[in-house]
Amino acid sequence: VAGITPDQVITAVVAVVGVPLVLLGYIILGEQVIERIPDSVQSWIRPYFWALPAVGFATIFMVYPLIRTVFISFRNNADTDWIGWANYQYFFTFPDTLTSLRNSLLWLVFYTFFAVFFGLIIAILVDRVRYETLAKIAVFLPVPISAVAASIIWKFMFDYQPPGAPQTGTLNALLSVAHHDPVAWLVNSTTNNAALIFVGIWTATGFCMVIISASLKAISSEVLEAARIDGANEFQIVRLVVTPLLWPTITVVGTTMIINALKTFDIVYVMTNGAYNTDVIATQMFFQLQHNHNGRAAAVGVVLFLAIVPLLVVNIRRFQQQEEQR
Amino acid sequence: MSAEQVTTRQATGAAAAVTWLDNLGYRLQRLPLHIVIIIFCAVWVVPTIGMILNSFRALPDMQAAGWWTTLFPPHGFTFASYQQVLAIEGVAPSIGYSVLITIPATVIQLAIATMGAYAFAWMKFPGRNLFFIVIVGLMVVPIQMTLIPVLQIFKFMHINGTIPAVWLAHSGYGLPFEVFLLRNYLGGLPREIFESAEVDGAGHAVRFLRIAVPMTLPAIASLVIFVFLGIWNDLLVALTFLGVSPFRPFTVVITGLVTSFGGGWQFLTAAAVLQMSLPLAVFIFLQRYFVRGVTAGSVKG
Repeated sequence: VAGITPDQVITAVVAVVGVPLVLLGYIILGEQVIERIPDSVQSWIRPYFWALPAVGFATIFMVYPLIRTVFISFRNNADTDWIGWANYQYFFTFPDTLTSLRNSLLWLVFYTFFAVFFGLIIAILVDRVRYETLAKIAVFLPVPISAVAASIIWKFMFDYQPPGAPQTGTLNALLSVAHHDPVAWLVNSTTNNAALIFVGIWTATGFCMVIISASLKAISSEVLEAARIDGANEFQIVRLVVTPLLWPTITVVGTTMIINALKTFDIVYVMTNGAYNTDVIATQMFFQLQHNHNGRAAAVGVVLFLAIVPLLVVNIRRFQQQEEQR
Repeated sequence: MSAEQVTTRQATGAAAAVTWLDNLGYRLQRLPLHIVIIIFCAVWVVPTIGMILNSFRALPDMQAAGWWTTLFPPHGFTFASYQQVLAIEGVAPSIGYSVLITIPATVIQLAIATMGAYAFAWMKFPGRNLFFIVIVGLMVVPIQMTLIPVLQIFKFMHINGTIPAVWLAHSGYGLPFEVFLLRNYLGGLPREIFESAEVDGAGHAVRFLRIAVPMTLPAIASLVIFVFLGIWNDLLVALTFLGVSPFRPFTVVITGLVTSFGGGWQFLTAAAVLQMSLPLAVFIFLQRYFVRGVTAGSVKG
């Protein structure tokens, strides 16, 4: 292909073949050495030898940067002097960044709620029809699609032409059939955040549905049968029997959705580029970074991280509980 | 025909009518159920179909009427958008760069993760639990929190803006989740197999390469798909580390075109269709592995 040099292809091939080979050599040669040292030292040193590449990578690319970012957030943009809380003060007082904070909260609440709610509803409904698999594939279809492609898909749905011109956007065409004026969904500040959040929901619902559906199938039919014999109608069964049994799964999926909501970047960046007051924390951070405002960008990153810390603790707790059950 | 026979026949006739009515009533009762499901399916499928249809239309057609007009003749399908998009400088190579980024990054991180997961699953060492809890925590850390220092590391190493730098970044970000998942899978393998191999004198290298890796292949296969598509679809990492380099991958180039075209951006549908055709093909042909990978990722965030 034009534009790609043979060098680049060769480097990639070398990496694909070479990295596993190097690791193989590391394991075989390393074990040769380790097996020759006294048993007591051997059992002490071996695990670290095996864990080193993974732990090393995680340290260089995650643990160290995490700590360093906290430092940078207290320094000026040129990284020459300590400036105390100034970067945070900026974040919590400047109107643009406050808007991004507000929008992230909107994402957090509405994206999380509706993605999980629609996922639950669809999982329960399709369980009762014969074309379940087909319906699930339909709802799952946006999951493999990138946010970039999904954004272009929905740019067409939200497309706006001035009144009088042919409405080529699907939603405005529907409105014109109903003799309603077209709406500039992505520009109008009363609709644009809702529109973006809906695109997010659209890409995430299939994921929630698949996970909830899997644990729905695990509920024994005897429980449901017993409820029916006791005279419960379908709505009561869903509300009083199925939903409580699904609750642990719903909280896991909900946690994941909250984290996704806070990290939201692609959809906003592609669809509006953060314009018309649609900025979120993650896009705000990226724009600061683009303007070489490293200190401010770091402070935004730290705020984002702090918002996620409670969920991180929840995840670790859950992991520890699972470990005790092993 | 006796009177008795006649009454029986009438009775069965009435019963049949009742069951038929019952059946109809049942079906009518279920009608709202079907309607709700069909509405959901339509909202989740129609936008994608609309865009795919649009990608095969000429630009003036797209501006004159919506995609639904192609459902009736004359369809007016054309490959003009595809030709136009691929003719833009940098678009065709960017597909190649996406491949050159995605494949090595996937291989590198999974090779390292498998080895690390083995240590966490089958070796006891002081600090193992603590290390692992850190890894569980790292799974949800937003990568925004790491971008600036990692950029500085790349600048220090003089590899900023190169494809190998992006392999390293993706590998670092992907590792915690992969180690977590593979360690759980490896830890679930039967202990007896490893113990009897040890009794037979097999060292850790042999146990890892001859037992652990082959038995973990199903999990690795699901992970390969999940990781591969994650990198193929990635925007943020590529934008940060390759945003201004000549090696921008497909997602970054498409995004740049979307934000720089005011009007007449519609032909970019062709690029979006090309970009998503690979994930959709993987989803359709490797559905089981794909869904398994996604479900396993439920804790990742």
